[in-house]
Amino acid sequence: MKMHYDVEGGEFINVGTASSQFKKTLKMLGIGADIIRRISISMYEAEINMVIHANGGSIDTEITPERIHVVLQDQGPGIENLDLAMKAGYSTASRQAREMGFGAGMGLQNMKRNCDELQISSVLGEGTRVEITVYLNQES
Amino acid sequence: MSYTHSVTLDWEKCIGCTDCIKRCPTEAIRVRNSKAEIMNDRCIDCGNCIRVCSSHAKKATTDPIEMMADYKYKVAIPAPTLYTQFKKLRNPNIILTALKKMGFDEVFEVALGADVVTEYSKLLVQEKKVQLPMISSACPAIVHLVQMRFPTLIPNIMPVISPKEAIARYARNHLVKKGIPSDDIGIFFISPCGAKVTDTRDPEVFDTSMVNGVFSMKEIYLYLVPIIRELGEDEVEVLQMGSANGIGWAAIGGESTASEVYNRVAVDGIENVINILERMENNKLDVEFVEALACVNGCLGGPLTVENSFVATNRMLKIRKYLQFKGKTRDLNILDSSVSLDWDRQLSNKQVMKLDEDMFKALEKMERMEALYETLPQIDCGSCGSPTCRSFAEDVVMEHARIEDCIFMLREQVRKMAEDMVKLAEKLPPSIRTKGKGGEDE
Ligand SMILES: Nc1ncnc2c1ncn2[C@@H]1O[C@H](COP(=O)(O)OP(=O)(O)O)[C@@H](O)[C@H]1O
Ligand code: SF4
Ligand SMILES: [Mg+2]
Repeated sequence: MKMHYDVEGGEFINVGTASSQFKKTLKMLGIGADIIRRISISMYEAEINMVIHANGGSIDTEITPERIHVVLQDQGPGIENLDLAMKAGYSTASRQAREMGFGAGMGLQNMKRNCDELQISSVLGEGTRVEITVYLNQES
Repeated sequence: MSYTHSVTLDWEKCIGCTDCIKRCPTEAIRVRNSKAEIMNDRCIDCGNCIRVCSSHAKKATTDPIEMMADYKYKVAIPAPTLYTQFKKLRNPNIILTALKKMGFDEVFEVALGADVVTEYSKLLVQEKKVQLPMISSACPAIVHLVQMRFPTLIPNIMPVISPKEAIARYARNHLVKKGIPSDDIGIFFISPCGAKVTDTRDPEVFDTSMVNGVFSMKEIYLYLVPIIRELGEDEVEVLQMGSANGIGWAAIGGESTASEVYNRVAVDGIENVINILERMENNKLDVEFVEALACVNGCLGGPLTVENSFVATNRMLKIRKYLQFKGKTRDLNILDSSVSLDWDRQLSNKQVMKLDEDMFKALEKMERMEALYETLPQIDCGSCGSPTCRSFAEDVVMEHARIEDCIFMLREQVRKMAEDMVKLAEKLPPSIRTKGKGGEDE
């Protein structure tokens, strides 16, 4: 089953709406608590990044009995050096974003730690695509 | 898994409006046949619907006072909120004495239970036996909310029984040791809310409560007022055993203050609690302790209280000040290390939001639900009896509602029917049909 969410940029106050809605869907499907926790944390971090670094974008989710797959696509500035971005504490967040409590530089780390597969492809000046996968059959 | 909740509907009074369905945090209410219906397995007894209903058609059911007569030895265990309900009253001993005059043989305070629970919780945190951030387990409505809507946070709930249950266990243990047969002892909790009624009748983490009955604070208040008015100063017994901190648990922030956790969030009001739990679920709450109470201003705002909760909060401060300088406590120790404060079993994941046991079927239902939702007006008007268009789509898929229950969908169908009728009406009988008009394949 597929779902689509549009995420507005520059809206720092309600950030996380799509993740929150998706979480509700997962609960209605009776998916295990640990899986929900891991996918929510990953998706939430990626959604925030899309808002604070890339002026929004879109999210497509797919749930099958085997896995949960989330694709976040934006037309933002892209990531110049992915290895550097992955480092804990590295952040290019704006002052405004920092003042709102974002930009600790832990988002990508958090995503990597919580999902089973993380794929990021990014083209400077064109945008970033983040793919998150969590497998369902691990939890009894 | 269905449990008997305390919040119920007064059928006569309900006018079938949509006020309550919109404010229920677990979407547990529907309007059917012009009356609100509470879904048993979804209600967490938070009392929101009791507060919003302008027809006063929702109530928290408690036990009848006559139940006292069933026991030879009657014990009152009042929630500390009771102390804040009386004008100009600072000394808890007056209220505790009045309870004895009302017919109770003994009174033990839930505040004392709170003192013990405070110490025990501190110990668990020190010994790192808990997962941070810890969520207080004091409010049963919040515990049920987590079980239903935030199952990922179940491991964060403080695994300690509630102050009410703690004091009931100590009380019974003490009295039995004094030689009173357990069957003769009736322990009655004086409650600020319905959530504590449910928690007593149907406990989550152990089999049977040591509390025999739960009385409404409102009702007890009416008994106490005339007794307190007549009570002479020399008649006041020293019965208080709980500390100011234990009493303070009734107000929001009280538990945190008592356990001296500095890195904490104290949140009251169910919507605010939901916001904080959402944050916690996203791993975005860097605190050690979350004191979460369903009612605004904590238990002082419970649906079975008499006084305005902001006034009661002011009174709580005055009581605390009074106790600091003039408080007198009873010389008796009923605490006993053989009494356990641990849970007997883990909290269950209630998963009441689940569409189907079988995930394949759940997925299929979810797909139909989403497809239907797309065709709905998405204005959450509530006239179908479901709180939102999305929950209506869910109700249709779960076969708890029909698509025509949505007036917009109904209107759409009527419009189609009308169009068909016009088309039919235009079809003239062959005798008066002229060429090119009213016929079908001409
Ligand atoms: N969608 C994105 N578009 C552009 N840059 C991004 C995006 N996501 C992450 N980045 C870059 O990677 C860095 C690290 O991201 P992250 O670990 O989430 O930390 P933070 O968001 O706190 O800065 C960001 O500061 C930003 O430079
Ligand atoms: S905050 Fe207190 S009064 Fe309100 S529901 Fe929870 S336990 Fe009951
Ligand atoms: Mg980030």
